[in-house]
Amino acid sequence: MNDLICQLTEAYGPSGFEDAVRSLLRSVVTPLADEVRVTPLGSLVAVRRGTGNGRRIVLAAHMDEIGVMVTYVDEKGFLRFTPIGGVSPLTCLGARVRFENGTLGVIGSEKREDPGKAPTFEQLYIDVGATGRDDCPVRVGDAAVFERPFAVQGRRLVAKAMDDRIGCAVLVETLRRLGPTPHEVHFVFSVQEETTLSGARTAAYGIEPDMAIAVDVTGTGDTPESRPMAVELGKGPAIKVQDAGMIAHPTVREWLVRAAEAAGIPYQMEVLEWGTTDAAAMQLVRSGVPSGCLSIPCRYIHTPSEMVDQEDVEGAVRLLLHALQTA
Amino acid sequence: MELLKELSEAFGPSGHEKEIRQVLRRALEGHADRIWVDALGNLHAFREGTGADRLRVLLAAHMDEVGLMVVGHDDSGGLRVRAIGGIDDRVFPGAQVWVGPDRIPGVIGLKPVHLLERGEDEKVIPIDQLLVDIGAKGKEEAQRWAPLGTPMVFATRFEEVGALVKGKSFDDRAGCTVLAELVRGERLPHDLYAVFTVQEEVGLRGARVAAYANRPDCAFALEGTIADDLPKKKDVSPTSELGKGPAITVMDHTFIAHRGLLRLLVETAEALGIPYQFKQPGIGGTDSGAIHLAREGVPCGTVAVPCRYIHSPVSLLSPADLENTVRLMRESLRRLTPAVLERA
Repeated sequence: MNDLICQLTEAYGPSGFEDAVRSLLRSVVTPLADEVRVTPLGSLVAVRRGTGNGRRIVLAAHMDEIGVMVTYVDEKGFLRFTPIGGVSPLTCLGARVRFENGTLGVIGSEKREDPGKAPTFEQLYIDVGATGRDDCPVRVGDAAVFERPFAVQGRRLVAKAMDDRIGCAVLVETLRRLGPTPHEVHFVFSVQEETTLSGARTAAYGIEPDMAIAVDVTGTGDTPESRPMAVELGKGPAIKVQDAGMIAHPTVREWLVRAAEAAGIPYQMEVLEWGTTDAAAMQLVRSGVPSGCLSIPCRYIHTPSEMVDQEDVEGAVRLLLHALQTA
Repeated sequence: MELLKELSEAFGPSGHEKEIRQVLRRALEGHADRIWVDALGNLHAFREGTGADRLRVLLAAHMDEVGLMVVGHDDSGGLRVRAIGGIDDRVFPGAQVWVGPDRIPGVIGLKPVHLLERGEDEKVIPIDQLLVDIGAKGKEEAQRWAPLGTPMVFATRFEEVGALVKGKSFDDRAGCTVLAELVRGERLPHDLYAVFTVQEEVGLRGARVAAYANRPDCAFALEGTIADDLPKKKDVSPTSELGKGPAITVMDHTFIAHRGLLRLLVETAEALGIPYQFKQPGIGGTDSGAIHLAREGVPCGTVAVPCRYIHSPVSLLSPADLENTVRLMRESLRRLTPAVLERA
């Protein structure tokens, strides 16, 4: 599974530019699914038909990652940029970014009155080694992602874009190991979660599910002087109770809890006080969809070094497999 | 430019687009195959395509403009007002307005410079502390002339200014003009659902229902957008520039443009030598933000005529940019095929 996680996390795919991730996932899921299609906005949907009398269930993980987009090329070939999704200027200083055409850029800062204070995006620029507009290899509207290789460190996995390629990997692995199930399961690899949740929202409209579950990362409260949160790395996948955009449907939540307990998989309950997932959009589709979220605890979210625990990832797959065997 | 003049001078703040609808309906009659108005007030004009592989293409331009609304009457006869849509408080003092569709002339009063106390001239006066003066003698007369809820717009006449034109509400009467020209021009391969939307400035409301109703395969929002091409201290983006052609959106606050449609616009412009520019990404939002979320999702693009000083009493645009926007849209629609919408 680590090979897949490595490939997925190192792939290029900022919101709106998920083509490479979709191609990779499409080739992996096509032999495993009964049907594979792409929605008008670009979300990939792989369907596994049920054996009957089950529900139509969506499992959604988003393909897109945060990044930056060029807003201006100045006379000397430096690029100004805007964030795609929730990027912090703090993680930008000294960072390397990679464009779709392979161009590497380094983020620099103008001189700042108070170097102890975080810069604003207006003070930052990307240096791609150009000396002017004419030899600049990228243009306004081109997007880049943070550059960082995948690494295994003991039980932990570290990479950029763990949010939410780890969810994509969990979905693929679940589909790979899934035996006969009464349910019709739609594995949705969504686009544009980091910006507007538009991929999952529109895909769910097309599917008309009876239940929808996002598989995404969540924060932890287990690092020095961290924001208090009762989720820890390595204590199992987290079953969401609520976040800033959604209150999980109790039926969905309990269904996941029952599966974890029946299978003896360690799990944690999660209340996230900031952020949200595709489930927030899916629950509001059409007449409403009972929705929930299975989270992979993750440290350093939205930095180029997002860290998860291998046991949590494996636990999430097993939990979903067990849940999908039950009514 | 005749249609742009008429649209620019017409009265149509968000929720009060009737006059714009009337002007456009007259302009489109005889050109569209079917014209209708929906429950929210959007004006739809359908024009059947001539091609074999026809797509349903939604083209949206919003009729509404930013303005003011009467929320109270002062004992002096002055009107208390609030903004409809986003307007910078700094542009109000001294501005002239048309109050209500009957265009009662009004001025936004301001203390003369002679009477200012020290430091007073450095403060921005919020709109809730300004009064619109319509010459009413006392509260009762003001209430009779401009009852609560009366909308108003800036009183600006359309004029030529050098090679540019000047008027109010080019955001988005410029887009309305481009869209009307597309409907009035030669027939295109695809079925066009031209929708002149309501209430864009207060939350993209009209476009949302129009996209739901027409079930488009793809859509374009046509706009008048920010041109900030004035001298700056730093070498930074002008957002868009007058005279450099239509401004194409890659990403704004509300959506990310469909890559296939983006490629279509750029390739069309380059093949035909039509000037174009990319609007500074990450700024503003248009009807595409609502349209792309309709039903199972709609691939969207936004193309705009650069306009200086939008959301103020007056804006300037280059007629050449407007003509190039019509041309870019027409030629792109001619080259549009179902393959453009397929994803890798």
